[in-house]
Amino acid sequence: MPYPKRFDGRKSDETRPIVAKVGIIPRADGSAMFQIGKTTAYAAVYGPRTLHPKWMQNPNTGVLRCEYNMLPFSGHGERVRPGGGRRAREIGMVTENALLPVLDLREYPNSVVDVYIDLPQTDAGTRCAGITAAAMALADAGFEMKDMVAAVAVGKVQDHVLADLTYDEEQNKTPEEGVADIPVAFMPLSGKLTLLQMDGEVTREDLKKALTLGKEVCKRIVDIQKAALRAKYAGGSDDE
Amino acid sequence: MMSEQKQHVLKYLAKNIRFDGRKPLDYRDVTVEYGISKSAEGSARVRIGGTEVIAGVKISIEKPYPDTPDKGNLMVNAELRPMASPKFESGPPSDQGIELARVVDRGIRESECIDVHDLVIKEGELVWSVSIDIVAVNDEGNLFDAAGLAALAALLDARMPGKNEFNKADYDKRTDEKLPLKTRPVPITVFKIGATFLVDPLSDEEENFDARLTVACKDDGSLAALQKGGEGSLTIDEIDHMVGIALERSAWLREKLGR
Repeated sequence: MPYPKRFDGRKSDETRPIVAKVGIIPRADGSAMFQIGKTTAYAAVYGPRTLHPKWMQNPNTGVLRCEYNMLPFSGHGERVRPGGGRRAREIGMVTENALLPVLDLREYPNSVVDVYIDLPQTDAGTRCAGITAAAMALADAGFEMKDMVAAVAVGKVQDHVLADLTYDEEQNKTPEEGVADIPVAFMPLSGKLTLLQMDGEVTREDLKKALTLGKEVCKRIVDIQKAALRAKYAGGSDDE
Repeated sequence: MMSEQKQHVLKYLAKNIRFDGRKPLDYRDVTVEYGISKSAEGSARVRIGGTEVIAGVKISIEKPYPDTPDKGNLMVNAELRPMASPKFESGPPSDQGIELARVVDRGIRESECIDVHDLVIKEGELVWSVSIDIVAVNDEGNLFDAAGLAALAALLDARMPGKNEFNKADYDKRTDEKLPLKTRPVPITVFKIGATFLVDPLSDEEENFDARLTVACKDDGSLAALQKGGEGSLTIDEIDHMVGIALERSAWLREKLGR
C-alpha cells in the first residue's frame, strides 16, 4: 500500500499538536505535562532525598532513578496490567541515560533524584513524551542543567522519513514496506544526542536523514518546553 | 506522647477552624472533568482542592467467574503512584492502596451501581468485563472520596466498545452505548480528630486522625458500604452522627458530577 500522504495529513517534518505545562503536581518537587497528539505524559520529580536501599547509594554522587509507567487504561486496546514489565524497566533506564548528560548530581552524595513518568493516554512516542516532560520537571524542581533535553520519535514509512509517528503509522508494517521507528533525544545547545533506539529496517543514508530531522524537531520542542517554563516562572502566557 | 503536628491540628480544631480556614464540615472546591484519556472507554479527573485523582474504565469480553455465570465482571484497582506524594513508593500496592481500591469497589458493587446482569453476552461463557483503574496524581488529602467520585464519573463517561466476529472487544469500533448504571454511590469519609468531626481532610489532618468512617451513600439515602478506619473507637451515637454528616454531604457531592 503506497503511503503518499500521512493518515492525519501532516507534513513529513510536522509533529502532532503539542501542549506543555509545568507544575501540574504541586505535591512534587518539580512536575510537568507534555502532550503530543493523543500521547500524554506526566512527570514528577522528588528529591534529592536519601536513597534506599542503602547498598545502592553512591558516596560520590546522587543517583537519577526514572520510572516509566503506562497507566492501566492508557493502552490502545486491552487494559495494561499494572506493575510494569521488562519494557517499562528498559524505558526507565534509557530515560535516565537520556537525561543524565545535562545533570550534575555530585553535590548530592548518597541521594536519589526520583523521576516518575505516568501516561494516562498513549498513541505512540510515549518514551519521548516522557523524557520531554521529565526534562521540564527537572528544571521546575530547580536543578542546574547544562542544557535542555527534548525527544521525538522519527521514523521511516516506505520512502518517507517522518517525524512523530503515530500508532497507526508504526503498525503499518509489511515485509516489503519496512517501517522504522527511531526514538531520539537531543540537547539543543550542544546538538548532541542522548537517546537512540531503532526498531525496523533502515539504510545508513535514511538513518542520517532521520537523525537530522529528529534534531531539527527537538529544537522546536525545546522552544515549547522553554515557553512552558517561562509561563510558570516569568509570568508569561506562552503556552496558552 | 502526642506529636507537635497533632497538637497543632487539635489547637485549631478546638477553635472550630482548620489550617486553610474552613469549618470542620466544609468541603474544598470540587471539579469533575470527563474524557481525560482517549485510550480508555471512559475516564474522568476529580479535583478536591489540591488533590487530583484520575480514573479510567476499560471494557473487555471475558469468561464470567465460575460462581457468577449470570453476571458481568467488575474489577476496581487503585494505584497510589509515587508521583502523587513523597509518601508513596513504587512496587506492589501498599496496604493503603489496597484498602482504597476495596472500599471504592464495595461502594460500586454493593450499591449495584452497574446492572451486572445486563453485561452478560452468553450466560456462563461470555460477559462484558469492566475494569476501573483509579490513579492518584496529587495527594493533598481525602483520596477516598476523590477516588470514589472519580470511579463513578469514569463509569458515567464510558461507552461500550464494539464486538468482533471472534467475540473479542473491538476498540476501533466504539459504540454510543453507555454502561447499564442504576444508582450513583458516592463515598463520604468522616474523620474524628480529638472531639471534632470533619470531612475532606488535609494531609496534616489525615496523618493525625483518631478514627474515620467511609460511608458509600446511594441516591435514595440508603447506605451501600461502610469502612471504619484508624485506631480510635467510636460509640453508636457517634457513628449515627457521622452517617448523618455523610448522607448530607453526599447529596452535595453527587451534584458535582454535572451529569
